[in-house]
Amino acid sequence: MITFSYSQLLGLVAPETILVLTALVVLAVDLLVMRESSLRDRFLVSGLFATVGLIIAGAWLLAINVPAPGAHEVVVGLPMLTGMYVDSALGRLVKVAVLVLTLCTIVMSLAATFTKHVGEYLALILLATVGMLFLISAEDVLMIFIALELTSLSLYILTAFNKRSLRSAEAALKYFLFGGMSAAFMLFGLSYLYGLSGSTGLHEIAARLGGPILDPLVAAAIVMVAIGFGFKIAVAPFHLWAPDTYQGAPTPSAAFIASGSKVASFFVLAKVMTLGLAHSGGSAGWGGYAPGWLPVLAVLVVLSTFLGNLAAIAQTNVKRLLAYSAIAHAGYALLGILANSPAGLTALVFYVITYGLTVLGAFAIVGLVEEATGEARLVDFAGLGRREPMLAFCMLIFLLSLAGIPPLAGFFGKFYLFAAVAAGGANLSLLWLVVFAIAMSAVSLYYYLQVLKQIYVAPSPAEPIALRVPAATRVLLALITLVILVLGCAPNLLLGYLLAAQ
Amino acid sequence: MLAWTVYISFLGVLALMLLPAGNARAARGVALVTALLGFLIGLVSAFGFAPERGIQTITRTAWIPGLGIDYYLAADGISVTLVLLTGLAAVAGILFSWNIEHRAKEFFVFYLALIAGVYGVFLSFDLFLLFVFYELAIIPKYFLIAIWGSTNREYGAMKLALYSFIGSAMVLVGLVAAYVTAGSKTMDLLVLAQYPFPPALQNWAFPVVFIGFAILAGLWPFHTWAPTGHVAAPTAASMLLAGVVMKLGAYGALRVAMTLFPLGLATWRNEIALLAVIGIVYGALVALVQKDFKFVIGYSSVSHMGFVILGLVTLNTIGMTGAVLQMFSHGVIAGLLFGVVGRMVYDRTHTRDLPELEAMRLNKALPFAAGTFAVAAFASMGLPGFSGFAAELQVLIGAWSAFPTYTVLAGVGIVVGVAYTLRVLQMAFFGEAPEPVPEAAHPLPPITLPERLGAVLLIATTVLIGLCPRLLLSLIGPSFQSPLFEHVLKGGNL
Repeated sequence: MITFSYSQLLGLVAPETILVLTALVVLAVDLLVMRESSLRDRFLVSGLFATVGLIIAGAWLLAINVPAPGAHEVVVGLPMLTGMYVDSALGRLVKVAVLVLTLCTIVMSLAATFTKHVGEYLALILLATVGMLFLISAEDVLMIFIALELTSLSLYILTAFNKRSLRSAEAALKYFLFGGMSAAFMLFGLSYLYGLSGSTGLHEIAARLGGPILDPLVAAAIVMVAIGFGFKIAVAPFHLWAPDTYQGAPTPSAAFIASGSKVASFFVLAKVMTLGLAHSGGSAGWGGYAPGWLPVLAVLVVLSTFLGNLAAIAQTNVKRLLAYSAIAHAGYALLGILANSPAGLTALVFYVITYGLTVLGAFAIVGLVEEATGEARLVDFAGLGRREPMLAFCMLIFLLSLAGIPPLAGFFGKFYLFAAVAAGGANLSLLWLVVFAIAMSAVSLYYYLQVLKQIYVAPSPAEPIALRVPAATRVLLALITLVILVLGCAPNLLLGYLLAAQ
Repeated sequence: MLAWTVYISFLGVLALMLLPAGNARAARGVALVTALLGFLIGLVSAFGFAPERGIQTITRTAWIPGLGIDYYLAADGISVTLVLLTGLAAVAGILFSWNIEHRAKEFFVFYLALIAGVYGVFLSFDLFLLFVFYELAIIPKYFLIAIWGSTNREYGAMKLALYSFIGSAMVLVGLVAAYVTAGSKTMDLLVLAQYPFPPALQNWAFPVVFIGFAILAGLWPFHTWAPTGHVAAPTAASMLLAGVVMKLGAYGALRVAMTLFPLGLATWRNEIALLAVIGIVYGALVALVQKDFKFVIGYSSVSHMGFVILGLVTLNTIGMTGAVLQMFSHGVIAGLLFGVVGRMVYDRTHTRDLPELEAMRLNKALPFAAGTFAVAAFASMGLPGFSGFAAELQVLIGAWSAFPTYTVLAGVGIVVGVAYTLRVLQMAFFGEAPEPVPEAAHPLPPITLPERLGAVLLIATTVLIGLCPRLLLSLIGPSFQSPLFEHVLKGGNL
């Protein structure tokens, strides 16, 4: 039996530990002290504690024992933990991004009225975040699975949190059933990898599987893992839960599912594929097909960008429209993994971070409209440009960034992804994917403009319902808009850090 | 200093955004001052510009060092010419939209944002930067038409936005392919233009990028956005669309597609010249049978832009210089035509139906409009003494040595052009309807001072360039001697 010190372990996972403690504190404060206070005060106080915890964790990540760029800090003296928790400079940046997204979600929830269980709600958000942080650090399939389940289970409950709404319950059940099934697929696939290699560490798995000749069992494992992750990141054809869940879930929960959890899931998916199946990639090049995970992901990219963008055109509810556009964006993000290169990983991280921020802001605005009118139909946005010029401007920026119009962050993200994936195949053999993705993103402008048309062109309804915009949300939206504009004009502010961390 | 054309326009956008919403006068004032400053900067720079020194860097700093992307603004004579045109069109457009009261502040925000993007395109020598500015122009166009437009405005606006976006998507494919093939190290146009891209790549990338840009230049058969877009647009927006946005497309085709892929150009130039000539003749014939005044001008733009494309692919200095001069000339003349149709006539009579206008005898009611349109029509037909003559003549001389048959066909297009222009002039202004509408029933408001100023400005320009084309030719011509166009002029060989 190997002995090791728990204090060392806790020190290593300090940010995660801080968040778990924060979650407990939030629970305790809300249940023990704030019981009798108004909903607003409870949210404010608990939110404040959660914010402090997030900031401390973030500061730790940025300041304490930062690993050298490129180095993968492996736990010393804890042989059985090798790969279970890996600390890297890039991983830390991704973690900070997740913390920021979590913080935004919490700010968004401050004025929420859909629940009275404030402590539980915020604690679950924090626990989901803990899962995401572990996910980002994990290079071991067992750990990946556990972290993913921690995240997912928290998110299922967060989806169901609006107990007064049937839709919320339906959304949660759908999400849970699909999620449970995807976990089964993933576990099945991972068990094959373990069976074939005798190890749970990604590096060992890659080394022992060898390649490039593909064992049929490895092929089966690849497909299973792809299906499992496909559900989690909502790529076609495993996306069926997403529109209903996004529409039914309380808006902050939906925003969190679409932003923070996506960032973590994509990062870990990239690791599983590029590290764990390093020699089993095959090729997705035009005319140069070779079996492996690259062609599998290429199929997912094509289906997602095609289906997501075309289905979004037909939507009349803006939340569902955003859900379908999220499917399309998941397709674009997969391109970063397909590039199978450090540039691809950087592009992926840049893309999902900026996408997460954008979609979070968009959800916040849609949520405000939904709260006022009961639903977020396209016509409910009519004349918003006149009634709420600031919200309308933010929405303009968010949607144009999603469409990939410069000089916004979404444009640079897409450009970098396309350049990375085009460089990923020898002799431009992956350019067909770029062509397809660009063509589909041209389609996407149509439905984003449909929303903007309602906001700026359509006349206001005769008796418009006034929106209730909490000050905190207003500040949050202004900040996100600013970040998207600034990152679009000066992508180097984020990209520089990402490149330096590689 | 030229870079300030871009910055001043963005500053104008910011200043307008800070204005209170209801104050249309202030919005107009800010917009006009901004546009005038941009125009003056262009004018002063043009006087001090030494075109024989080739491409002159204005500013260059690392922008995204990780990807080798620079913030790189520079100019040669072609850029300066088009910057001048942009300033002129911007000022004239604002003068012609002096009557906008509905959401005036937003109108000028979108207007100046579009102008800023256009200036940026003409001055960018880093392809990424150029593309950023190029796409920046899409969204303002959409809103300008969708909010302030007339007939079928939402359809026309969406069509234009999607056509532009599809065009820029094609451009992006080509740019990514070029960037990656050259090693993902730089987006500098001058460096990439010297890179020997493999012929196979050039043969598919050239048509993709060229057509991607040429969609916006109204190349047949991708021109269909132009008539609907022009007709739907408010006056100032159609002036900008025809005046400068179509030039963006032609400029991109020349500056990017042709210089990056000279071998592909050599392969495809015949086909493109054919499309251009079809556009010239087809646009003119369709214009001949239109009933809507604005559709006539819209199709005439397609026809005149055909000369630009034809001139570009002649691959000789005379033809290409002519093409750039034609960009300038058509920008001025089309702006004038749209100004008369949209502002002077339509805003007063609320009809663009030619038979209805025929009954109104506008030459009596609006003599200034009739006079302006007559001058613009003569300029558009290519009468000597106007800029169109010098430009189209050069294009035809250049094309004669390259594509004799097409040149003859283009000559036919000119003849048809005279026919439709005279027809529309006759019907719209000098109608001889059997029973004239009693004048007292609908007294038309007189032509205002801003309109007069705008018209005089544009007429003066086209006459000045017509009488003294050297002013611009001496700017444009030497630009083709720079290393950037070396491969192009040698048909891809070095």
